[in-house]
Amino acid sequence: MTHRFLSALIAAAALAGPALADEPGPGGSKPPVARTGEEVYRTYCQACHMADAKGAVGAGAFPALANNPRLGTTAYAAYIVANGKGGMPWFKDALSKDQAQALLTYLRSHFGNDFKEPVTAADVEAFGQRPTSRF
Amino acid sequence: MDTGRRTPTRRQLLNAIGLMGGTAAVYQMMTTFGHAAETRFPGPPNLSGARKGSTVIVLGAGLAGMLAAFELEKAGYKVQILEFQNRPGGRNWSLYGGDKYTEMGGATQTVGFAKGNYLNPGPWRIPHHHKTLLHYCKAFGVALEPFIQFNHNTYVHNVDAFGGTPQRFRSLAADFEGNIAELLGKAIDQKALDAKLTPEDTDRLKEALRGWGMLDKDMRYVKGMASSSHRGFELPPGGGVNGAPKPSDLLPFDQVLRSGIAANMSFFMNDEFQTTMFQPVGGMGKIGEGFAKKVGHLITYNAKVTKLFQDKSGVSVTYTDTLKGAVTTAQADFCVCTIPLTVLSQIENNLSEKKQAAIAAVPYSNSVKVGLEMRRRFWEEDQDIFGGHSFTSQEIGLISYPNNNFFQDGPAVLLGAFAGGPGGYRLGGMTPEERIEVALAQGSVFHPQQYRKEFLNGASVAWNRVPWVLGCCARWNEDTRREHYQELVALEDRVVLAGEHASYVGCWMEGSLLSALDAITRLHKRALEA
Repeated sequence: MTHRFLSALIAAAALAGPALADEPGPGGSKPPVARTGEEVYRTYCQACHMADAKGAVGAGAFPALANNPRLGTTAYAAYIVANGKGGMPWFKDALSKDQAQALLTYLRSHFGNDFKEPVTAADVEAFGQRPTSRF
Repeated sequence: MDTGRRTPTRRQLLNAIGLMGGTAAVYQMMTTFGHAAETRFPGPPNLSGARKGSTVIVLGAGLAGMLAAFELEKAGYKVQILEFQNRPGGRNWSLYGGDKYTEMGGATQTVGFAKGNYLNPGPWRIPHHHKTLLHYCKAFGVALEPFIQFNHNTYVHNVDAFGGTPQRFRSLAADFEGNIAELLGKAIDQKALDAKLTPEDTDRLKEALRGWGMLDKDMRYVKGMASSSHRGFELPPGGGVNGAPKPSDLLPFDQVLRSGIAANMSFFMNDEFQTTMFQPVGGMGKIGEGFAKKVGHLITYNAKVTKLFQDKSGVSVTYTDTLKGAVTTAQADFCVCTIPLTVLSQIENNLSEKKQAAIAAVPYSNSVKVGLEMRRRFWEEDQDIFGGHSFTSQEIGLISYPNNNFFQDGPAVLLGAFAGGPGGYRLGGMTPEERIEVALAQGSVFHPQQYRKEFLNGASVAWNRVPWVLGCCARWNEDTRREHYQELVALEDRVVLAGEHASYVGCWMEGSLLSALDAITRLHKRALEA
């Protein structure tokens, strides 16, 4: 079974369930695969946390990741990215272990954050999961 | 078998049942017959006997909030609505030429569309069985027209098939069905299905396959008049001397499989996406405007809710006037809160811990729509495409053609992107200008000669950057439904939540309306018991 075919099967499984009005359609909506931490941030994160990682305010707010001491605790940051928080979705199935490791490393060393301790494979154990079914 | 008794006609039977059990019994029987589409809409609620002077504060002037307010006022309650925006309708929304829109992060777009053209950033199509919405559209004078959901002549594009060249839906679908029919015919001939089917059923199935898959007398799917009558001709039938048609070549089956066409065919079978579908004349936002004609006098705009508290004596809601800065605390006996969970989870309140946990447990999806105004309807004039969608595996997901004003001269607006999931996040993270460039680059695959040449201007909405919702729709899964759904929808003393997030028809307008009707029915019962 080719990798591509497997991906298609997983994508199809993820779509199982009732029709949602905000699903574009059967073709999917696939961006280029993000590899570096910066690419992962640009692809998945800056839509809400903004290009400068300073967040934004409307009727509610998206928190800033810039100058954020909470990123000092890798386990906390990894937990939030993996499981989401409030309106933020979980990314444990969207991101591979490598992508999560690259992202966390990038966030901890950019946007005014300067945490030296490396992000380990154990920190991103939760990522790379199969999509869960929805209802 | 003739029993000697005449079988009653269906009408006679329904009349008899109606006499015995009333309309509910007729309805149930009709559903059993499959003659009434399944709907959870029993008709407008019959709320009677409201206590004189009872007050309700409704948070949010989207469809759920406005319907709740309309029915509660009708029942005799004194109703006030608080709305964050300066317009009614919520996610029911259209952008027209001249409209200004500022997203979170500060990017402001001024829409440049010609008069009458629009982009529906949110909902854009209505299933024929969403009866609550259809009922209130009719009641509130919102004119509907067909939405062209399924068009055989649009394109399907997959970067991994046919060297990236789009194919017409009908050709891919015909070739998929033809090949499947031929393969299944071979399986029958090789006795592969003998254990499953009687010889009579095997014969019936073979004939069905021949007719469905356009096979020849030898059960083969081949180039010819039969296959071309489904997939399209090389030279279509004409008149006179050279009128004879020429059949078209079949596509290689391995590439047909790679195109993912089966997923497209399945998509159109989804009960929310089956024809007939509708759209309001003049833009989806006409529905919100229609509701606001009934309850607009109740709405306070530019009101940012900051606190929601209840006690034995009532509910108090604190809000800030976002234009003037004034802070007000409003009191009411009861509250219907339709604020999206993304926002509600950030508002100070004294709801129970379990309720707060439910409110914080539901993440929101994202999606991005891009409207592209083109100088002329080249998809109609050059490619015979009248409404419908061309699908792609690229980030934009699809492009969709306008469903109204066919054959008109002058500019028209295409939906140039409907990106969700990973593609939606990436487009959402771009500037409005970058989104349009991606939409033009990717959409050009369908109309390479015309797309950039005829482009005039564009507008985009990334739902996670919409200041009043911070996302597109609530995304439940089996776990969160089990752990939090009942807690979320439960009436908690004087406060009840409503909206698409409090329904199983997630993300559809119908879900928000059904949720609102259920919420106010329970609230009314509670109010009478108070």
